[in-house]
Amino acid sequence: MAKKVLEMIPNGSSINLGIGLPTLIAETAPKNQNLVIHSENGVLGVSGRPSISNYSPTLINAGKETISIQKGASFFDSSLSFGMIRGGHIDFSILGGMQVDTYSNLANWMIPGKKITGMGGAMDLVNGSKSVVIMMNHFSKAGETKLVNKCSLPLTGKNVVNFVVTELGIFSINNRKFHIIELSKNILIEDLKINNNILHID
Amino acid sequence: MKHKVVSSASAALLNLKSNMSIMSGGFGLCGIPENLIDEISLKDVKNLTIISNNIGNSGRGLVKILVQNKIKKAICSYVGGNPDLEERILNKSIEIELTPQGTFSEKIRAGGMGIRAFYTPTGYGTIISEGKEEKIFDVPCILETALTADYAIIKAQKGDSFGNLWFQETARNFSPLMAMAASTTVVEVEELVELGDIKPEDVHLPGIFVQAIFQGRNYKNEIEYLKTQ
Repeated sequence: MAKKVLEMIPNGSSINLGIGLPTLIAETAPKNQNLVIHSENGVLGVSGRPSISNYSPTLINAGKETISIQKGASFFDSSLSFGMIRGGHIDFSILGGMQVDTYSNLANWMIPGKKITGMGGAMDLVNGSKSVVIMMNHFSKAGETKLVNKCSLPLTGKNVVNFVVTELGIFSINNRKFHIIELSKNILIEDLKINNNILHID
Repeated sequence: MKHKVVSSASAALLNLKSNMSIMSGGFGLCGIPENLIDEISLKDVKNLTIISNNIGNSGRGLVKILVQNKIKKAICSYVGGNPDLEERILNKSIEIELTPQGTFSEKIRAGGMGIRAFYTPTGYGTIISEGKEEKIFDVPCILETALTADYAIIKAQKGDSFGNLWFQETARNFSPLMAMAASTTVVEVEELVELGDIKPEDVHLPGIFVQAIFQGRNYKNEIEYLKTQ
C-alpha cells in the first residue's frame, strides 16, 4: 500500500503522515523522490528510523516513535505546525480510516460506546491539506468493507477525501460513487464487496 | 532582570490548590514536566482541570494523577495508548473535552495572545461543531474560543534565571503556547544556565511569560515506541 501511495505523490511534495499504516511511507520513500515529510508534533524534514546508536527521546513523530531527520529539517511549536497544515502549505495528508463514504466523508476517531482514540490532528489535516489520501485495510475486523454509502461512525471531516488506497486497489470519489483507479493484482471487482449502486464501473 | 529561580517543584507549586486548571506541556511523554507532575501526585489536591494533549500514556506522565482520581475534567486531543483515560471516558467518570489538535494549540495560543476567539474550518460538520456558531467565509467555519489556565507546568532543556527557555528537538510542542496562556507558569529545566548563555536569537520563549523556574532532577525521558533501523 505504501508503494501505491508513493506512486501517486509528485516529486518534491510536502506530506503529512498519520499514525499507523501511513508511517510506513517515511520508511519506504525513495530518496530521489525528494519528499518533505511533516509531523504535526513539530518537525518538517522527517527521515526514516534512526540508527540504534543515534536515537533521541526528544526526536519523535506524531505516533511517538523515534525518528531521524534530513538535512534542512526544522523544529517548531504546535501552533506553527498546525498553521502549516490549516494554512494549506502541506500538499498531501495520508491518514488511516475506519470508514470513507460516497460524500467524501471520513470517520476515523471513535466507535461510540466501544473505542475512543480521539481525533488528534486528523480533523485539522483533512481540512487543511491540499489533497487527502486515506490508506486503510479494505475490510474492518468484522469483515465489512470500509468503503460505504454513508458513514455510520462519527465524522472526522465532511467532504474532505480525495483518494482511498487499500490492499485491493486505489479509488477516487465522484458523483456519489467510488471510481476504481487501479485494482491490485489478481483482484476482481466482486472481491471489493462494494455495493454496485455506489461503484462506478467504466 | 527579575530572578525567578526557586529551589524545587514543591516551592514552585506551593500555591496550587484544588479546583484549579493546569496546562501541562508535552506530546505523549516527549517533553513532559516530570518533576512537577510527581509533585502534584504528592500534593493533597483534587477536582483539577488538566489541559494536555494526551494526559500521559500507559501508566506514565499525567496518568499518575489520573489514577489518583485528582482530575475532574480533561481537555485533550488524543486518547490512543492511554487505556486508563479511555476507560474513564467510556464509563463517564471523568469530564472530557476532546479537541482537534490544531484547534487545541490555537485556543491556547489565543489565550496567551489576548485573542478571545477565532473561526476555523476544522471540525465543521462533525460533533465538534455542535452548539458552536457557524459562519461561511470561503469555506464553512466554526467559532472556537480561547483557553487559559491558572497554572502551566513546563519542561525545557535549558532556561536562565529570568525564565528564557530553549527546547530540544520536538520537545517544544505545546509548551511555549501554554507558558503564555497561564496566570502562573512554572518551569523545570535539565540545565539551569546563566543569563546570556542562551543567545537572544535562540530564545524559544522569552522569560516574561515565566513566574518560577528550577533545576529539575532524575529525568527518565522515556521513549514510548523505540524504532530503529
